[in-house]
Amino acid sequence: MQEEFITSGRNIPHIDPTLNVWHFSIPVYLFLGGLAAGILFFAALYSILKKENELPTAVKWSTFLVPFILVIGLFALFIDLKNQWNFWKLYTTFRIESPMSWGAWVLMAITPLSFIWAASYLKELIPGWNWKLGFLDKAEEWVIKHRRKFAWVIICLAVLLGIYTGILLSAFNARPLWNTAILGPLFLVSGLSTGAAVIMWMSNNHKEQHLFGRIDLLLICIELFLITHLFMGFLSGPEVQLDAAQLFLTGKFSLPFWIGVVAIGLVIPMILEIVRMRGSKISAGWPAMLILIGGFLLRFLIVEGGELTGYIY
Amino acid sequence: MRYAMAIDTKKCVGCSDCVVACQIENDVPHGFCRDWIVEKVVGTYPELSMEIRSERCNHCENAPCVRCCPTGASYIAEGGVVLVEAAKCIGCGACIESCPYDARYSHPDGHVDKCTFCIHRVREGLEPSCVSVCPTKCMYFGDLDDPSSEISVLLKKREYKVLAPEAGTKPHVYYLI
Repeated sequence: MQEEFITSGRNIPHIDPTLNVWHFSIPVYLFLGGLAAGILFFAALYSILKKENELPTAVKWSTFLVPFILVIGLFALFIDLKNQWNFWKLYTTFRIESPMSWGAWVLMAITPLSFIWAASYLKELIPGWNWKLGFLDKAEEWVIKHRRKFAWVIICLAVLLGIYTGILLSAFNARPLWNTAILGPLFLVSGLSTGAAVIMWMSNNHKEQHLFGRIDLLLICIELFLITHLFMGFLSGPEVQLDAAQLFLTGKFSLPFWIGVVAIGLVIPMILEIVRMRGSKISAGWPAMLILIGGFLLRFLIVEGGELTGYIY
Repeated sequence: MRYAMAIDTKKCVGCSDCVVACQIENDVPHGFCRDWIVEKVVGTYPELSMEIRSERCNHCENAPCVRCCPTGASYIAEGGVVLVEAAKCIGCGACIESCPYDARYSHPDGHVDKCTFCIHRVREGLEPSCVSVCPTKCMYFGDLDDPSSEISVLLKKREYKVLAPEAGTKPHVYYLI
């Protein structure tokens, strides 16, 4: 038998008995950040591929959601800070070793770009739209002329944003559940998948829905492959990672993870997609909604579970 | 200069004097502490052995808290002491998540707080308050770069361990066993 106790009566808020520093708003942000990255990625990609007119939801309509998604996500991050009015100090420095610093700067760049991208389609999509200010008309003209360059910048930033939501966690070697390089690609793929789901849900163009259904199918397969690898890595890792994996294999997170994330969030939407492709009349909303629920649950469980894993006591 | 602490687990009785001294010296808010006592019990009655450790921030050489801090509020000061500049801290919690020793906490004022090795006392040539009050004299503080310092000599003579070396942080609080 071996037991370790803190005998000097330590009971620090959010540290004892188990770490609970990051609450609900962190997974909310990680989900919204990934979703925004996903939508912007496809918008920029199909804009670069000159498919604006074939895929109007992906390139134009869905991007109107992104500024709202990012602002809500940033607000979730903001309310989680304990020293909120110091937040601007993020922008007094760039720390190359800190994923959070990278994220802060990426958000600083991609948020205004998402506004600009959506705004540049207002005139085209809303008949009779008038900026009423001359310089905005000129700015719009300039953006439309340089849209391809914008698309290239946005696609790079979207990938950075999507991958950073995972790397943010995987950089913490103190939390064995997070400390795996798989988390970056897993969250990126999951973010792209939720983005594709939203585009599919919003679209009323049969060809576009079909394309994004196929994209989601591919991304779900990659996600299942990455989740398998995640646990293979844990199970062949050191003791702390074996313990971390047990939380999800036999412990209290196993049911919500395997039923909620894997079955409801990945396998069922995959089956629905295949059935839809074979001509069934199931609405695209069903798989899309399940993918979104699964995407959020994945981040929520990884954040909550990671805080329970550690090296001592 | 490389400040470090060595704690003799054979002499520590777990009286918590170091915990209280730190709370008073550093005006630690009520309900919080920068150091604490851990008792490790191994075996089955009557074959039991116990180790008592006074724990705190390990002032790691490869400090994950400093690496992940997005504003540079966590930094390594003279002698390798890991400090927090409260005015730069946004309270994001990344350093708390990154610490394998759970040595940091959110101060009620919003910034992150932790053991400073009592650097304000050390700069005046005094020992950290926890070391200075220890009734069994089980704690040693000094400069590892000075081969004749008491702590360097002890670490040459005695067997010792650090906490969670597998976390790769290169801690600088040593436990003499």
